[in-house]
Formats: sequence, C-alpha cells, structure tokens
Amino acid sequence: MAQHLKSSKSTFLNVLRHSLAFGSPSHASRHLRQKLPHGGPPSIKKVSPNPLTRLCNTMVDTLSSSHEDTNNESFTNIQVMDFPGGKVSFTPEIHFISESNEERVPCYRVLDDNGQQLPNSQFVPVSKEIAVKMYSDMVTLQMMDNIFYEAQRQGRLSFYATAYGEEAINIASAAALSPDDVIFPQYREPGVLLWRGFTLQEFANQCFGNKSDYGKGRQMPVHYGSNKLNYFTVSATIATQLPNAVGAAYSLKMDGKDACAVTFFGDGGSSEGDFHAAMNFAAVMEAPVLFICRNNGWAISTPTSDQFRSDGVVVKGRAYGIRSIRVDGNDALAMYSAVHEAREMAIREHRPILIEALTYRVGHHSTSDDSTRYRSADEIEWWNKARNPLSRFRTWVESNGWWSDEAESDLRSRIKKEMLEAIRVAEKTEKPNLNHMFSDVYDVPPLNLREQELLVRQAIKSHPQDYPSDVPL
Amino acid sequence: MASLLGRFCRKLVVPGSAHGSRMTSTTACGSETVKSLNLYSAINQALHIALETDPRSYVFGEDVGFGGVFRCTTGLAERFGKNRVFNTPLCEQGIVGFGIGLAAMGNRAVVEIQFADYIYPAFDQIVNEAAKFRYRSGNQFNCGGLTIRAPYGAVGHGGHYHSQSPEAFFCHVPGIKVVIPRSPREAKGLLLSSIRDPNPVVFFEPKWLYRQAVEEVPEHDYMIPLSQAEVIREGSDITLVGWGAQLTVMEQACLDAEKEGISCELIDLKTLLPWDKETVEASVKKTGRLLISHEAPITGGFGAEISATILERCFLKLEAPVSRVCGLDTPFPLVFEPFYMPTKNKASSSSSLSSPSKNTHFLIHGFSRLL
Repeated sequence: MAQHLKSSKSTFLNVLRHSLAFGSPSHASRHLRQKLPHGGPPSIKKVSPNPLTRLCNTMVDTLSSSHEDTNNESFTNIQVMDFPGGKVSFTPEIHFISESNEERVPCYRVLDDNGQQLPNSQFVPVSKEIAVKMYSDMVTLQMMDNIFYEAQRQGRLSFYATAYGEEAINIASAAALSPDDVIFPQYREPGVLLWRGFTLQEFANQCFGNKSDYGKGRQMPVHYGSNKLNYFTVSATIATQLPNAVGAAYSLKMDGKDACAVTFFGDGGSSEGDFHAAMNFAAVMEAPVLFICRNNGWAISTPTSDQFRSDGVVVKGRAYGIRSIRVDGNDALAMYSAVHEAREMAIREHRPILIEALTYRVGHHSTSDDSTRYRSADEIEWWNKARNPLSRFRTWVESNGWWSDEAESDLRSRIKKEMLEAIRVAEKTEKPNLNHMFSDVYDVPPLNLREQELLVRQAIKSHPQDYPSDVPL
Repeated sequence: MASLLGRFCRKLVVPGSAHGSRMTSTTACGSETVKSLNLYSAINQALHIALETDPRSYVFGEDVGFGGVFRCTTGLAERFGKNRVFNTPLCEQGIVGFGIGLAAMGNRAVVEIQFADYIYPAFDQIVNEAAKFRYRSGNQFNCGGLTIRAPYGAVGHGGHYHSQSPEAFFCHVPGIKVVIPRSPREAKGLLLSSIRDPNPVVFFEPKWLYRQAVEEVPEHDYMIPLSQAEVIREGSDITLVGWGAQLTVMEQACLDAEKEGISCELIDLKTLLPWDKETVEASVKKTGRLLISHEAPITGGFGAEISATILERCFLKLEAPVSRVCGLDTPFPLVFEPFYMPTKNKASSSSSLSSPSKNTHFLIHGFSRLL
C-alpha cells in the first residue's frame, strides 16, 4: 500500500505540475488564475468512507505540507486545484447558480420617453451637424419606408420590409461608426446605408431590380449591398452574417486597420446556431466586432417569450466572455454613445462587444405579414406613440435650437419629391440583361453555363410570349 | 479481397504514374527536384507554399496548430505564427463562416474540416453564403479566397462517421467548386490551384492515401488546372471514370482486364464541379462504353450526373448501358465495409442484364467482375 502510495504521489505531483501549464495566457482566463487569499474558511475534514477519496485527501495534505511557496502558486489552501483552463476554488455547499439574476440587466438611456435629457446621464456629445443629420436621416428612413410600402401595396413592388420603430438603432449606430467599419446587416438596417450616402435612387433601383441595381436584379427588394459604402449584401438567411463578421474583423485586426466589423441581428437571430458560433469565435480570436442585437420583441409572429428564457440577449455575452450592454434602442443619443464606446473598445482592445438594443417592431414583419393577427393594435399604437424614437430625438434636437417646424416640413416635402421621382425613374429603367443570369456564379462563366445560356435563348426565340418582355436579351 | 489487403499492406503505386501521365500537368520542366512524398506531406508542402507566397493567407481549423490529426498542417504554425495558423473552437459552422468573412476581405482562408463527415453544420454557410456571395452582390463582393479542405472516404475501419464521401451534396451547388485529387503530386498542384482560384473550393482529400500513397512530388510551386479531367491510361474498349482513392482500385481492375484482352481508358475527373464533360465525352465516343465508380452511395451519387450527361451526348455511340459500380445505399458500415465497397468482385448486374450482344455482355459483366 505504501509502495502504491509513493508511486501514485509522484504521478499526482506530475499531474499537478503539468496542470500549472494549463490556463491560457489570454485575457479570458486571467480571472481564473487569481491568487486566492490565505486563511480561508476552516476546512472541515470529514473522514470519507470512500478509500479513493481518503487517498486523495491524504495526497493533498501531504503535498500542501511539503510544497514550498513559489511564484504565488500556493498549495497551502487545499480547497483549490488547477484544472485545465485555470484555478477554481472549491465549495462544500451544493449550490446551483440561479437561472437568472434577481434584477434584470438595466437598460442604458439618456433621454426619457418625452425626449428630455435625464439628469446625470452620461453620453458622448454630438455636434449640431451630426444631430441634424441623424434626425433628418431618421425622417428620411421613415418616409422611404412609407413610400416603398405603399408602392408594394399598389403592386408596383413585389415585396418590402419596413424598419418602423427602429430608426434610432439604424441611424444612431451608423453615425457612431466610421465609414471604414464594415457592416454585415440582417435586413432591417437600411438606415446604415442611408447614413453613409446610399441615395433614394439607389434604394429604388434595388427594389425594382433594374439594370442600375448593383445586385443586378438577382435578389428580392431590401437585399441591398454596397462595396463602396462597406455594407455587405443582405442575405435572407438568419444570423449567417454573424460568423462572417467575425472573420472580417479578424482581417481588420491583422491588417492593423483603425476599423471594426459591425453586425446586426434580431432577437430571433440570437437563437440561431450561427450566433453562438460567432460569439464564441469572436471571443477566442479576440476580434474587433460589434454584435448589435435589435431586440424588437418579435420574430415574425414569435414573441421573445417563445424565443428564449434568458434575460434577453445581453446576458448571453458573459457566457462567451464578451463585454455587453443593454441600451434603449429608441433613444438615439444612448445608441450613439453605446456604439461609439463599443467601437473604441473593440478596436483598441481587440475584443468583441455585444449591444442589445431594446426596441419595438412597429411595422409588420414584411408586406407578406399582417401582424394584427398575433398582436393587439393597441400594443403597436402605444409603442409608436409613447416610445417613438423620432419624436424623442426631435425634442432633444429642438431643445438645442437646432431644428424647427419649418425645417421639418421642408425636409419632408423634399424627401417626398425625391422618393416619388426615384420610384418613377426606377420603375421605367429597364431590367438587367439576360446574360446577368449567368454571370458572377463564378468569376468566369464555365462551359455548362455558356451552354445553358444558348439553350435558354433558343427557348425564348421559339416561345417569346412565355417570357417577360422587360428583360433585355 | 486481395485489393482490400493491399490497401493495408503496401504502399500504393499511384494511378497514372507509371504511364507518363504528366502530359496535362504543369510539372514537366527538366531540372526540377522531386521528392518521394506521401499525400499528407504533399498537402503540407502545398500549404507551406500557399502561406509563403501570400502574406494575407491563413490556415485554421480544429487542431491544426500542432500539425493536425493527419499531420497536414505540420510546421505551419511554427513557421508562419499563430496569428496565421491557428486552432479554432470545435464548431464547423463557425470555422467556415469565419473563413468566408476573412475571404470576403480579400484574404485567402484555407480552412480544415477535420473529417468530411462533420462538414454538415457548415452546409448552410457553404450553400447559402459562400456559393452565392459573388452572385447575390452583383460581383461587388466575393469570397473566392476560401478553400475548405476535408479528409474523405473509406479508411478500413472508419464506420459511419470517419468514412463518408459527401461530394454529391456539394456538386449540386452552383457557385462553388469541388476538387478531389488522386495522389500526392496531384494533390499538391490541385490544392495550390484551389487556393488561388477566385472561387470558393471544397477540396476533399482521400484520407486512406495520406500515408499509403507515395509519389515523386516536385518541390517547387506548381499548379494543376481545375475543371480539366485527365486520361491517365489510354484504351479503346471501355472508358472508366473516377476520382480520388477509387482510381487506385480502378487501375488495378484495368490491369487485370488487360490480361483478358480488354483495353481500358481510365479518366481521373479531378474537378467534379464544374466537371470536364468534353474529355469524358470524347473518350466514350471512342470506346462506346462507360463505367463510373465511386465510394459514395450509388443513389444520387455523382455517377448519376455523369451517366445522364454522357447518355445525352453519346447515346448513339454507346454499345452498352452506362454502368455504375458504387457504394451501397446504407450508412457506411464497419464490419461490413469490405462488402459495401465498390471493389473488384462487384458485378454491375443492371448492365449485364440489359446488354444485348454477347460481346458487350462479356465486356461489362466480365469487367465489373474484375472490379
């Protein structure tokens, strides 16, 4: 038995020594390697009936008495042991971490519901120029949505999705970023493009799928993309953009750019596997990426109570070792500040940041949806009135003397004119040429596609009446 | 059975190597040095060259840091640093998604999926993102710098989850390329082409050949063109088409067939998507007979695409139905692997039953028996 004890002890020592090397030097596990205070609670040594446990206890005792204190790694506290990944302290109490904190994570806001700046509010100041542009773009976004939505109802557009209620998230986040930050949107963030200079005409061209659409008519309306504005093309698949954003962020870090990647998604998107994959990768790769969750309460007809049982999305950040904040998404100043600070941390410290912007999807999911079928019109109306991001911010901008009723009506009449003209032009611009069905599948069309184009053209020649006449051949 | 034992007991003579198959590859320039390498070493060399020649290229995946479970990434992290060659968390959708993002920013991302059997979590990223990235953006963006490498195929004891050949799933996705090398020299050239091709490529490596196949591989930087099939053995009586490790089996069958007076033309497809129909068509128009062989299950396998295409193009020249000798429609079994695999003693009963002439009957039935 003594023999066995000796050889086991040396193995045990080796195991312990070896496990000192575990625990990555990265930020993430630093907290796990904290030195523990000496003289902790008295250890109540119960003599275990289990011989293996008795053996282990004896090992530890022997070790702690014989080991000398070097390099702050102390074995004298027998309630501590290194596991791969770092030190954890033991507890004799059987205690389950609660499924939720007692208090929900508070929500950062600067303006109250009426647009009055809250006392003691911390925020990043915005200049008159930025504030006016922010407010104007929020109005423009809302009007653009109105007019395109109506066009769809009139049958002039096949489809549309509005961003009603989320104008502050769209515009304020864009305003806090630099043009070099690369955007990986979901599909409810056209305001970011608008802020960066995408024109109403360019929006209309994509919605009508005409030959001026940068996407060459290949996708449904609202699937915008602009390489010159660093806004990656929308894909309808939910949350797939999240891990892409992490890879892009890593590239920016490796190239030493003063820029980050920013990706948007909804409460529904946070349930997708890609969200978890991306968050974990972002933390491990130390990628400068902002995860901005538009928690608007609904994923089509699914309320958040059917989506997750956590305290929203913000608490998930800690699970991945990611710094997080919950913000009032309908407060333009709070959004601006949160994104501004997050961006700086992400780039300076090479870390991801999670921002949960609480908001409400005032509009239907899309023109294919009638949300009064699953929620009350009162609820929608309340959010539209009481928490309206435009009116709150307008109050604040006007309180600085930077806006007026006259400015408002000038803006609105200008935008309306521009929008109607954009639609008129987009509607009559011809569609992209048929050869664009076959280009860009690969960098160069392979032989099978060249053959298929010939076959399609032959079919059109024989039966032209079966094919739309507005696609030039 | 002999061929099965052979898989374990001896280093393989690589298909085409004995017959001057260098015609179409770009390797033949007199004074280059060659070295005897196995498949994983050849791939390792290609990766070293890829990282050396493009400072914005990256290699990552599970366990690649220490060299990888098949040693394909040996020495890369030490040489190029952990920022460029690194382990990822265990998450295929993350690996490929992250790779797409890197590639979208103009980098070359050579990602490793540890076994092709585990590629499916990444299928959404591959099909819905990578394959459509250029097209949906109107060519404003692309992720052509992405190459996904995965070991595939039978290994003798791999069972359901270490033996799969999933190439057919990917051949159905316009926008990506699917490449499968048959040997070390081919693998190095094809992998470098895949990495440098401006389209996302899925590159399946026959894991059975990682150690078993040894070949003289030129040490310099060379590329073998994609979408060009190679006639690695000329013949006049029957055309055989395959890829990857199966070509080794097929070449053995060709050698045996020759003893019975059947002249076989063996074609390595190399790139399955987009595939070189013209080479196969020209061959079948010459021989009048086609036999396709792959490890993947026969139903819906890529052999069906080749068969349908050749029937469309060569119908009047065919003297017998197109034959497919493939894996069975079962999950890849463990103890039953020798029965599952398309080895020499499989009969292609459908061809022999429907072929009218005795001569044809002998050719197809006899040949398939040899396979």
